[in-house]
Amino acid sequence: MLLIYCPYCQEERPELEFAHAGEAHIARPANMADISDEEFETFFFIRSNPKGLAYERWRHVHGCARFFNAVRDTVSDKFLATYKAGEPKPDINSLTKKGDVK
Amino acid sequence: MSGANRIAGAGRLTPARKVRFMFDGEIYTGLEGDTLASALIANGVHLMGRSFKYHRPRGVLGAGSEEPNALMDISRDSARRQPNVRATVQEVFEGMRAGSQNRWPSLAFDVGAVNDMMSPMFAAGFYYKTFMWPKVAWQKLYEPFIRGAAGLGVAPDEPDPDHYSSRYEHVDVLVVGAGVAGLSAALAAAMSGASVILCDEQAGAGGALRYDADVTIDGENGYDWAQKTTAKLAAMDNVRVLTRTTAFGYYAQNFVALCERVTDHLSDPHPDLPRERLWQVRAQRVVLATGAIERHMVFADNDRPGIMLASAARAYLNHYGVAVGSKVGVYTANDSAYAAAFDLARAGVSVPAIVDTRDAPGEGLLSTAADLGIDVMTASAVVGAKGRRRISSMTVEGGRGKTHIPVDALITSAGWTPAVHLYSQSRGKVTWDSVTERFLPGENVQESVSVGGCNGVTDLQQTIDEAIAAGRSAALGSGKSKRLSLRIEAAGAIDWSGGMSGSARGAGADSTAKAFVDFQNDVTAKDIRLAVREGMHSIEHVKRFTTNGMASDQGKTSNIHGLAIAAESLGRQMPEVGLTTFRPPYTPVTYGAIVNHSRGKLFDPARKTFSHAWSTKQGAVFEDVGNWKRAWYFPRAGEDMHAAVSRECKTVRETAGVFDASTLGKIEVVGPDAAKFLDLIYTNGWQKLAPGRCKYGIMLREDGFIYDDGVVARMAEDRFHVTTTTGGAPRVLNHMEDYLQTEFPDLDVWLTSTTEQWAVIAVQGPKARDIIAPLVDGIDLSNDSMPHMSVREGKICGAPTRLFRVSFTGEPGYEINVPAHYGQAVLEAVWKQAEPLGACAYGTETMHVLRAEKGFIIVGQDTDGTVTPHDAGLGWAIAKSKPDFVGIRGLKRPDLVAGGRKQLVGLKTKNPETVLEEGAQIVADPNQPTPMTMLGHVTSSYWSPNCGCSIAMALVAGGQDRMGDTLYVPMPDRTIEVEVTGTVFFDEKGERVNG
Repeated sequence: MLLIYCPYCQEERPELEFAHAGEAHIARPANMADISDEEFETFFFIRSNPKGLAYERWRHVHGCARFFNAVRDTVSDKFLATYKAGEPKPDINSLTKKGDVK
Repeated sequence: MSGANRIAGAGRLTPARKVRFMFDGEIYTGLEGDTLASALIANGVHLMGRSFKYHRPRGVLGAGSEEPNALMDISRDSARRQPNVRATVQEVFEGMRAGSQNRWPSLAFDVGAVNDMMSPMFAAGFYYKTFMWPKVAWQKLYEPFIRGAAGLGVAPDEPDPDHYSSRYEHVDVLVVGAGVAGLSAALAAAMSGASVILCDEQAGAGGALRYDADVTIDGENGYDWAQKTTAKLAAMDNVRVLTRTTAFGYYAQNFVALCERVTDHLSDPHPDLPRERLWQVRAQRVVLATGAIERHMVFADNDRPGIMLASAARAYLNHYGVAVGSKVGVYTANDSAYAAAFDLARAGVSVPAIVDTRDAPGEGLLSTAADLGIDVMTASAVVGAKGRRRISSMTVEGGRGKTHIPVDALITSAGWTPAVHLYSQSRGKVTWDSVTERFLPGENVQESVSVGGCNGVTDLQQTIDEAIAAGRSAALGSGKSKRLSLRIEAAGAIDWSGGMSGSARGAGADSTAKAFVDFQNDVTAKDIRLAVREGMHSIEHVKRFTTNGMASDQGKTSNIHGLAIAAESLGRQMPEVGLTTFRPPYTPVTYGAIVNHSRGKLFDPARKTFSHAWSTKQGAVFEDVGNWKRAWYFPRAGEDMHAAVSRECKTVRETAGVFDASTLGKIEVVGPDAAKFLDLIYTNGWQKLAPGRCKYGIMLREDGFIYDDGVVARMAEDRFHVTTTTGGAPRVLNHMEDYLQTEFPDLDVWLTSTTEQWAVIAVQGPKARDIIAPLVDGIDLSNDSMPHMSVREGKICGAPTRLFRVSFTGEPGYEINVPAHYGQAVLEAVWKQAEPLGACAYGTETMHVLRAEKGFIIVGQDTDGTVTPHDAGLGWAIAKSKPDFVGIRGLKRPDLVAGGRKQLVGLKTKNPETVLEEGAQIVADPNQPTPMTMLGHVTSSYWSPNCGCSIAMALVAGGQDRMGDTLYVPMPDRTIEVEVTGTVFFDEKGERVNG
């Protein structure tokens, strides 16, 4: 069971309190009704699904209930960073290789 | 006497503490502290089981958890019975019953042993090749046969009466293994101020000191030092010592699972004690001190009962005081087995020969052997063994030619394998040490370190020094830094370096000998070569083809041998062929420990509404809806379900019915932007909905498919009372929160789940108003003042209420929302009014029938995540002028606007008595060849007492254009003719609801 650092509670909490919520940084188009089929396809269906570092959304559903973002290594399962929704992607190069949870 | 092979003065058990137990129907006597294996060997029993595939007689190989052969069925009574228990781990207790497995009719005479004679047929990959053809025989013949023959033990057939407990623990330092390394590390960590858990799978601490009796530590016998050190640790406030506790799983972020066996060794455990305790430990630092496991020699017929590991024989002698035989041969490729031979000889056991594959053993061993009168045959090999149920002689080939030496036990050692299992489970990658030819822990990927034997350290003093440093460093790493001065001096340990892996002389590539690599799965050296010949070039493929290392012992003794043979056959180096990854559990774990408290009522919580007791009193039958227990129907005397539901359905439409609708999800949406938010979440428009009015809303996913539906009431300009489907409540709140927090964070809105805050009593039917009118204060119930789809706040029975005039039945009706703790009192008051008027209580089945009569859909039943509002005939609920809502773009996708989509329609059977099966498929032409073109399926189907016929809803391709058409529902025994209709079967104009 992983420990996940909630950027809102500012605490490491057990994985049981969290729910995964898909890929992060996919903004819903402001002009949603008018986008093309291709744009909709990209927005709704296409996901990067990388082997390695992934940007993900998580929700502290059994805690503060907030959605936040995380950088996680899909090979080792390690969280390299968690940060509040709306904040920019952190610079991956600045994160520790060991991937300490922060 | 506790067995003829017990040697007076040897071992650490107390001769007076006798324990009687049963094995295969015979009563035996052992000593307290014996394992089943040591007690049986003491009584001269070596034949303990039959092998898996060939049913060959097998004896015990080891003296610990690595044991592949001696698997037993252990019971204390008929319900407390467990198969596949290793006799080397199970401690005997008074009254224990043990049974051998995989034999019929008896252990000594086993019909399945015919497989051994037919073994050329049963080579590796035999199943894959033999049972290929004919195809039909697989299901009827081969699989039942294989399943019948497969498996070792027999699962108990009674519920497990024991209970199990579970604990979470956080510690600074977890030390796995209480041998000399683990004890030293734990001591260093604990004295540095760290909180420590020290666990060991054995009944006591000591590890290799159990058998390595020549060791002295700090001037005293090593085993005694271990006991004293354990007592010292256990007395410290910051240390927890757990024996009989296996660290079986090493998971992410230093999360380690331990299983503590609490009562399995007790003859009369206190009933309050759990049988096992699962510890889920989160450690700042982990010190792995799991030691090393001895490998057997791979030679012809090396599985005869009486052939075992040298260290095991030494443990039986030095710890249990049991001689494994009276004439014990020794076959070794390293020095450590000599110590076993010397101990046995000193205890008075005849050791006719030490057969050593090497030209010369280590320094001083030859002279000691000579002193003890033991013949050492160097550069020699054991190439065969005779004796079916117990070894009778070994055949030695070497400088002196071929000789047969009579023995009744043969102890072997090919060398030692560092136990890197937990390191590997921690996702560390083992590295090949080409000097010592071993796989050792590489870089640590978690906050852990391996010390001593599992780290490949062979020198005892070096082990201790490394362990103390690791314990200290672990304490420092967890922030504990009390001054530490600790020095432990040790001497006299065996040298367990060196040895060989792979097959020995006489079992090489050209031989047809049965030289076993994996005893439990009956894998021979020959099988592994066959796998390589057949194209398995990766160890992962070899493993799966031969099943080497895949038995319940997970290849603790066999993996390295198998790898070495595969590498040799491939002409490659061992690290190039690769080692398989170790996965949890280290040793088998009971389901009881894993399932733990989550059984019976605690398996899944039952949610009960406020009316549960009342409904029970009314005779309700309940059904599960998600976790909810909902009243399904209320049978009266002599009524079956059909009769009860028919009566309830008619009573509601003729008079009235009372129904508990509390399980509907409820979300309070509050804030200045509440209407704006709902505009984005629902297809409908909410700005114009006046306070006090309700509206049916549909919620889509972004892809345009229906996600949920429900009635939404506007309580005030900035306050909505949203209802969701029963099953959808949590995910709808999640969906709303997701959009509110991440897509529309600028909206000033708050969402609160109020599902369990409100009790909801639905009163439906022509007399609904008459029933509630006497109870309501401050609300004008007249049609003009409170029409259909309105909501009012006031009081009922003195309790505050949100009174909804809504209908899921098509009848005029109310849904009384009161704070949950008023629910029962209000329900009883309502019932007091309702019953004399002839109303009934009704359940979910009647609710379903009544709504189907009106064509109201149930999301999740009449929709399945691929249904748009247009498909469901709800296109009217999509606002035309809104610039945006979730799903607005998805609805325009080419596939969603194309013709021929499955649309919701009604079905009436040509024979009105025939009720369709929900889920049944629909076709246009029942005479077409199979596979038929299916047009859709039945989503809801009931007998409608109010229509006097069966009614159904279905999703049918192009359904709206098929009105009046005849379609067919093919069933196994007949084909049912149906007519496509609209979805409203009763009161098509919808006038009753305003009555």
